Amino acid sequence: MENGLILTVQDLNVELDHRSIIEHLSFTVKKGDIITILGPNGAGKTVLLKCLLGLLPYDGEIAWEKGIKIGYVPQRLPFIKDIPLSVMDFFDLKGAAEQEVRNIVHAVGFGEEFFERKIGDLSSGQFQRVLIAWGLVGNPQVLLFDEPTTGIDIGGEETIYNLLARLKEERRLTMLLVTHDLSVVYQFSTHVICLSRRTVCYGPPREVLTPESLQNLYGGGMKYYQHKHG
Amino acid sequence: MEIQFLLSITTGIFIGGAAGYLGSLMLSKRMALVAGPLGHLTLPGIALALMYGFDVSIGAFPFVILGIILIWLFELKTKLPMEALTAVVFASAVAVAFLFLPVEQAETALVGDISKVGSWETGISGVVALFLVVVIRRIYPKMVLINVSEDLAGSEGVDVKKYNLIYLVLIAIIVALGVKMVGGLLTAALVAIPPSAARNLSRNLSQYAFGAMIIGSISSFMGIVLFKLTGFPAGPLIVLMSTAIFLISIFLKNKGNSGGHLSRAG
Repeated sequence: MENGLILTVQDLNVELDHRSIIEHLSFTVKKGDIITILGPNGAGKTVLLKCLLGLLPYDGEIAWEKGIKIGYVPQRLPFIKDIPLSVMDFFDLKGAAEQEVRNIVHAVGFGEEFFERKIGDLSSGQFQRVLIAWGLVGNPQVLLFDEPTTGIDIGGEETIYNLLARLKEERRLTMLLVTHDLSVVYQFSTHVICLSRRTVCYGPPREVLTPESLQNLYGGGMKYYQHKHG
Repeated sequence: MEIQFLLSITTGIFIGGAAGYLGSLMLSKRMALVAGPLGHLTLPGIALALMYGFDVSIGAFPFVILGIILIWLFELKTKLPMEALTAVVFASAVAVAFLFLPVEQAETALVGDISKVGSWETGISGVVALFLVVVIRRIYPKMVLINVSEDLAGSEGVDVKKYNLIYLVLIAIIVALGVKMVGGLLTAALVAIPPSAARNLSRNLSQYAFGAMIIGSISSFMGIVLFKLTGFPAGPLIVLMSTAIFLISIFLKNKGNSGGHLSRAG
């Protein structure tokens, strides 16, 4: 691929159960980009991530850089508490080397004693960190992240986005994340894709997120304000 | 007589252990109850085996496979919920079985009879159960990942359809083996109760998986010994032994929890 591109999506169309979910979506991702996917519920944000992972059928082209490694952090894992997994068990499912797992779990802010804890006993914030660490095992160049803030009180000194920003620098990651949190979009992402079946906008957030585009995306009643920083 | 008893015990330990081990995967996929209807599905096969004098597992196996294929086909054609289709298929199988099941052998068909297994049957059951344990062990981490999330497993390159198919075949085999021991009515107990008890007692995945296997084997052993002592049918005794272990596990779990509270409070 040219110009540091690691992903090209060209005229992507997705239909599930005879219903069109995504129509004519095209965008590109460069190494080091942080792309936020915005959109109302049911707009196909998670569907887009699953297509990028090759988990759902689609028409059009999704071309990743050859040999690229992708880590995935899903939105939630409702069934995981049915299984008596310790934190170490959960990482063993990925078949990674123990030392690598220890390094990554330390990198997301947990100590040695954490490996023996049961997944079911973790707070949702701790579990979110574990999921991020799980996504990072195997040293992926790209992280796909579905709704990091959903119902999460991460606690501690670091927010989930500080953590992601730090990991991005340390590991030179490219990220695609689904979120509803507009302040995160402005602070954190290089590009935004507004998805509502058809793409409503695509580009750097300060250029493309106008009151009009957000109105188009979410319909009426959307409260809009732009964070000013510095 | 003593040799017959040893053969029964050996068969029970192997089948009970393999069923408990596989059950630990079924419990985490919320599929433990599936073995119930699948067990009922085998009744026409068991009836044929009893009438013509061959191994009930051999009679049962084609009927489980046929039932699974029918449920799958109906689901494809009708989009009705899986549980409704399972009910249609298994109730029909029970009805068919009772048209020609000899009344004097109804008890054997419904709650099993392990007291007369021959040496060949024991050998084959043992080999098949060992084979199951080896295959389950190989697919275990991938299956757990699929149970956690099919998407997460897919994103790791796991062929979810392939593993689900292997898993389904293993369930069919364990049901066919299980009916020999506890009959067409009680097979769900073999895969549901030992892992439930193990879950109450375990802190991690290997304690859970191997705990389920060991509790399955111990329940079968104790049930068959009790059968020898009391003369009650072995199938129900095996199931009741695992129920007893389950009840003890609840007690131990609560005790462990209250101990934990005390230590935290201190």
